[in-house]
Amino acid sequence: MKNAVISVENLTKIYRLGQIGTGTLSNDLKIWLAKARGKPNPMLRIGESDHGNRSGGTIWALTNVDFAVRQGEVLGIIGQNGAGKSTLLKILSRVTAPTSGRVRISGRLASLLEVGTGFHPELTGRENIFLNGAILGMNKPEIARKFDAIVAFAEIEKFIDTPVKRYSSGMYVRLAFAVAANLDPEILVIDEVLAVGDAAFQKKCIGKMGDVAKGGRTVLFVSHNMATIARLCERVLLLDKGRLIQDGGAEEVIAHYLRGGLGVAAKKEWMRMEEAPGNDFVRLRSVSVVDSGRRVTSIVDIREPFGVEIIFDILCLRDKVVPWLVLYNEREEHVFSAFDTSEAWRTPRPKGRYQTTAWIPGNLLNEGTHTLSASLNTFIPGGRNIRQAAAERAVAFQVVDPGEGDTSRGDYGGIWTAPIRPLLKWDTSCHRSQVP
Amino acid sequence: MIIRPHRNLFDLRLRELWRSRDLIMLFVRRDFVSVYKQTVLGPLWYLIQPLLTTITYTFIFGRIAGLPTDGLPQFLFYMSGTVIWTYFASCLTKTSETFISNAALFGKVYFPRLSVPVSILISNLVAFSIQFVFFLVFIGFFAWHGAAVHPNRWVLLAPVLVLMMAGLGLGLGIIVSSLTTKYRDLRFLVQFGVQLLMYATPVIYPVSSIPQRFKLLIQLNPMSPVVETFRYAFLGAGTVNLPSLAYSFGFMLIVILIGAVIFNRVEATFMDTV
Repeated sequence: MKNAVISVENLTKIYRLGQIGTGTLSNDLKIWLAKARGKPNPMLRIGESDHGNRSGGTIWALTNVDFAVRQGEVLGIIGQNGAGKSTLLKILSRVTAPTSGRVRISGRLASLLEVGTGFHPELTGRENIFLNGAILGMNKPEIARKFDAIVAFAEIEKFIDTPVKRYSSGMYVRLAFAVAANLDPEILVIDEVLAVGDAAFQKKCIGKMGDVAKGGRTVLFVSHNMATIARLCERVLLLDKGRLIQDGGAEEVIAHYLRGGLGVAAKKEWMRMEEAPGNDFVRLRSVSVVDSGRRVTSIVDIREPFGVEIIFDILCLRDKVVPWLVLYNEREEHVFSAFDTSEAWRTPRPKGRYQTTAWIPGNLLNEGTHTLSASLNTFIPGGRNIRQAAAERAVAFQVVDPGEGDTSRGDYGGIWTAPIRPLLKWDTSCHRSQVP
Repeated sequence: MIIRPHRNLFDLRLRELWRSRDLIMLFVRRDFVSVYKQTVLGPLWYLIQPLLTTITYTFIFGRIAGLPTDGLPQFLFYMSGTVIWTYFASCLTKTSETFISNAALFGKVYFPRLSVPVSILISNLVAFSIQFVFFLVFIGFFAWHGAAVHPNRWVLLAPVLVLMMAGLGLGLGIIVSSLTTKYRDLRFLVQFGVQLLMYATPVIYPVSSIPQRFKLLIQLNPMSPVVETFRYAFLGAGTVNLPSLAYSFGFMLIVILIGAVIFNRVEATFMDTV
């Protein structure tokens, strides 16, 4: 690839599972002695087969991974636990060597696999800035030049000559990130370090990362948080069991990942009538998540309304039927159920192909992965209903907060559970006279 | 830059090490500052340690056991041995913990790994220098009181001797540190082994007092000529044997070479085993 700042060729990493050797020299010596005398391995459990001094198998953490990164790209790396993301970062940051294959890197690469690596509690903030900066690859004049910027970024001017063991954890993390953020490497590799610190600071960090990318530098970012990935990265790699299974635009790959994890995408379509859920009366033909422009999307801006479009066929004039939705979030909580309450559905409708879209308002759902079930139901007396056609977990989508401060999250960057996240209007007044 | 599974065994990347000299000096500073922060006496410990050891040796080996000292004042004899042995021993034991005690750091960020053992040599050199000056003060004191001490032109060799001790400590230390990633037992062996090795080195006795049948054993120990030469240079008693010194020097080079090769191999993937 032209202008590739990182090119990874056929990268493979194999870990041996279990202990290598027995961990103590005396035990290994016993094994060697036994071998030399032609006796069986004395450390072996009865019934266990003999693999020399290696117990357990091997794990292929990465298998023939190939990709290239152009200068200025912000590349996200996603995948489930154990997919090989961290191994890839470790190899790129030279913490460990690959088993085979190679990586070419042009330019200075700084990796942030952890915030505050090498901080010494007894040293002052000032001393730690220099030490940590040097560990991350800067030389003294460089650090001295950036010193003021680091201190200002971390907002710890007053405590710069205090040992960091006296810092609050927030100050500690701020200082650590500030050093790293001011590194100015050509390539920055980050492993979910943004999951720390208070909200205002997190926002600052994301802003800083954006600046880094805009300055023509390259960023590699690993995260479990699809929302953050979707927000920051234009291109995403999807790893699965050590293999690179997809490499493409963020939306496309995240959609693929959700499909892989949940078996569903943002659109589900039944091409053939026989496969379509339903009966001889109604059949579901497709369910999709669409944005306000009616384009199918798996990523939804938390502030924007979006639609769920259901296409179905009514095959004969028979019962009353209503389209129905059930929404679940990633913790499998039932967020809501809804159906169309309009007059038109109170009488049986004629044969034909119907397209109906339910519009879900912005600032309602929380961030994260959601799945939808769609069905066509008929109410029957006694407050019950029959599902004439149903597609369970037909589609999935991701609600993303772009982090611009105008959502219900405001400047808070922490964990936010609860199924919904409405943006409320707050009225506050002050009655001074009532305070004695 | 290219990341490959295996590097050339002799590609020690010394240029990279040189580029990280600021880091090395910051490590030295960190070790220095952190050790004595929150202690009452602070850097005075650098003087108290050899002083107390020397007094103990003078009392036990000099007064009680009555070991000969080549006619030198017992105090100076033991102090010369202690100061020089301490440098070698602390270089060896501290560098031998390189991988184990820095596992958390090494697992998160790359920098030339050799910068850690090198910084240990330097911070110990600072301690050694302080103790060495202290030792010179005592020589002056004893000479002024008319003791028979004769520093001579061999003192010019002192930097070479220091280099040899540092080299031996570094070489052995990184061999052990590389092996401890696999065999944790070696950590205990080092503590113990260094003590035993001291008794096989003329630290508390002069070479001249050794029975003939043990001479070879002492001479095989590469530290013996270093200690003996050092003592001869500054105190004027004992022996200087150039072939023995050359042997020690050669030994040091070989140990460093082996150490560097093993270290080089281990550093690439040791994170997978720690």
